[in-house]
Amino acid sequence: MTSKWLFGAALAASALTAAAPASAATKFEFWYGLSGDLGERVQDVCKAFNASQADYEIVCVSQENYENNLQNTIAAFRANKQPTITQISDGGVVDLMLSGAFLPVRELMEQNGYEIQWDNYFSGIASYFANSKGEMLAMPFNSSTAMIYYNTDALKAVGFEGLPTTWEQVEDVARKMKEAGYDCPVGMDPAGTWQWWEQFMVIHNQPVATLGNGYGGLNAEVTFNQGKFVDQLTFYKRMFDEGLFVNKSKATGQTANEAFTAGDCQVTSTSIADHGSFAKQAAEGVHWEVAMLPIWEGTERQNSVVGGAALWTLKGKSEEEYKGAAAFYNFIATPEQALWWSTNTGYIPVTNSGFDSMKSSGFYDAAPYKGRELAIESLTYTPPGENSRGIRLGNFGAVRLEVAKAMQSVIFDGVDPQTALDEAAARSNEILRKFEQTYKGQQLP
Amino acid sequence: MERRAVYRNKVLPWLLIGPQLILVLVFFYWPTSQALYWAFTLEQPWGGGNAWAGFDNFLYIFRDNRYWATVLRSAFYALAATGLSMLVALTLASFVDRALKGTKLFQSVFIWPYAIAAPAAGVAFRFIFSPEAGLIGGINTIWPGIWDPATNAAHALAMVIICHAWLGIGYNFVFFLAALQMIPKSLSEAGAMDGARPFQRMMDLQLPLIAPTAFFLLIMNIISSFTDSFGLIDTMTEGGPIGQTEVMVYKIYIDGFKGLDYSGAAAQSIILMLLVISLTFVQFKWVERRVHYN
Repeated sequence: MTSKWLFGAALAASALTAAAPASAATKFEFWYGLSGDLGERVQDVCKAFNASQADYEIVCVSQENYENNLQNTIAAFRANKQPTITQISDGGVVDLMLSGAFLPVRELMEQNGYEIQWDNYFSGIASYFANSKGEMLAMPFNSSTAMIYYNTDALKAVGFEGLPTTWEQVEDVARKMKEAGYDCPVGMDPAGTWQWWEQFMVIHNQPVATLGNGYGGLNAEVTFNQGKFVDQLTFYKRMFDEGLFVNKSKATGQTANEAFTAGDCQVTSTSIADHGSFAKQAAEGVHWEVAMLPIWEGTERQNSVVGGAALWTLKGKSEEEYKGAAAFYNFIATPEQALWWSTNTGYIPVTNSGFDSMKSSGFYDAAPYKGRELAIESLTYTPPGENSRGIRLGNFGAVRLEVAKAMQSVIFDGVDPQTALDEAAARSNEILRKFEQTYKGQQLP
Repeated sequence: MERRAVYRNKVLPWLLIGPQLILVLVFFYWPTSQALYWAFTLEQPWGGGNAWAGFDNFLYIFRDNRYWATVLRSAFYALAATGLSMLVALTLASFVDRALKGTKLFQSVFIWPYAIAAPAAGVAFRFIFSPEAGLIGGINTIWPGIWDPATNAAHALAMVIICHAWLGIGYNFVFFLAALQMIPKSLSEAGAMDGARPFQRMMDLQLPLIAPTAFFLLIMNIISSFTDSFGLIDTMTEGGPIGQTEVMVYKIYIDGFKGLDYSGAAAQSIILMLLVISLTFVQFKWVERRVHYN
């Protein structure tokens, strides 16, 4: 409404002021949802691309986070001021698939004469960003998965050798850390649904929704309130009550990751993408290692699901700009660039050959990159199954918000986990039904 | 009756009101009609579609107990923030009105907060109230867990209301002071000679005389509690914990932009608009008559 209008007007104004002397290069915009250290690395990629050729100039604009980027891209698209490329995270995939607002990347690359070996991409990535025929819709860029990070000095202090791999062990070390005088054994923001809920579901082979987590159609219903997650949420609550898990978020004044790198909390769970940032930000004397997410004893580990984002090419731009976008995709797909990107962030190499060459060159053998291979191991632990290839639910961001509220109401307000999850599931199903109605008669591609 | 000069020109009036009319149409009626259209259809986030939904979006909202919770919360927020802000402003204004030493300094000091943008104040207050790192949070070192807006909804709401009230104090103060200074000194003096103490003079003389100002401020404060709350809540709590600082405007934002439910958000904004219109109507129709002694 008004905000859209103002947004369009602001864009128009900035476009006018930015009308600098024309250069030969075709300019096109790329909006992304990363900030801080990772945001600067994106800028590095953009600079490198611009320096590599003279025909195109990519203008990279940070929108702070994935959510803002999605909102701003939609507003811009509706005002016909969209960027050529936008970075949309895993949660927004279905919305985009049905929007008709994008050019499939495979088509774009073919039309512009680039040959990309699509089967070289990790099957987990392909199953998330491809249509049912296996054709890539978006260009894989920054892929990750959730991991758990441990302060190794704290583990040593409580006499634990190696890194915990089960929740039983996590509870055990947390309890011993507390006894040893650590105020915050595990830092956790209960709004962090991606690592604490979604990935938990996947690696424990729990269905988030019917019809293969929504891959079977828009009429899927959520089922996350029926399986192991009820117990898991009960477990989180108990850990909070015993002070073994401590609430850390922007609202408390320190996020879980900040508390971890400062040495205030001894365990945190976040994306493998933060591996690079942690190496830079960890306070002196803080030693840490990364591990795959813990599972419960007696369960069989399933592969984790890919996180991060992919690059979507939006409709309504000129042929020249599309040529530029294709050139950019081709650039980031080169082995040198892929290596640079995976080295300087914690994001995984997105192709099999990329990973193999990094592995054989000894990249993962020593600090500061040691441990990052575990993300690939986690993603490829088993072949993707019905519950672990991804989650394909419409308006998934809203479903995540419902689960976050359920988790918070259990942990902060003492609501019974089953009750909270039942309500979140009922609300999520209403969201899905509304989405289904909004896209009535449409099928997932 | 006096005769007025009349220009008989059919074009001139339209030329004169034209720009105004265009502005109103473009910036008010066009977005409103757009919102109305969305509220009665199912709007696809990326545009297009728009299946007719009739009153479904509204019924959905009315059935939602979480929506009613935000309505109650908004009402509480408006009353608490307005009451607190006006009370403190009036107290300060009556001190300054008595022309004690340093009055001039206080006059300028008190107006400063009004010059601060809501989101900036939100960031500052978030630091002040932060349970671990903040100034107020410091009491947690003495009584652990006594102050925690990160998990306690009542604390979080109090924090936002205090910040909102604080922002409005300067504005209210200026108007109250002006109103108080309009009252002839002789009136107060007469009251004093009749033996009325300052508090009694305040209740019996000054308050009734500044009632029109207070009424004006009441409307302005209540409107601002709906519009300005967004920036504060977004920077201070983002609607949390557990969505319990979501007021009506913030829920519209969450549902529309984070939840991508444009139709539901549009329906909510229509309801909010009707509510504000009726609130203003009631105030002018009933309350204003009483303050102006008509």
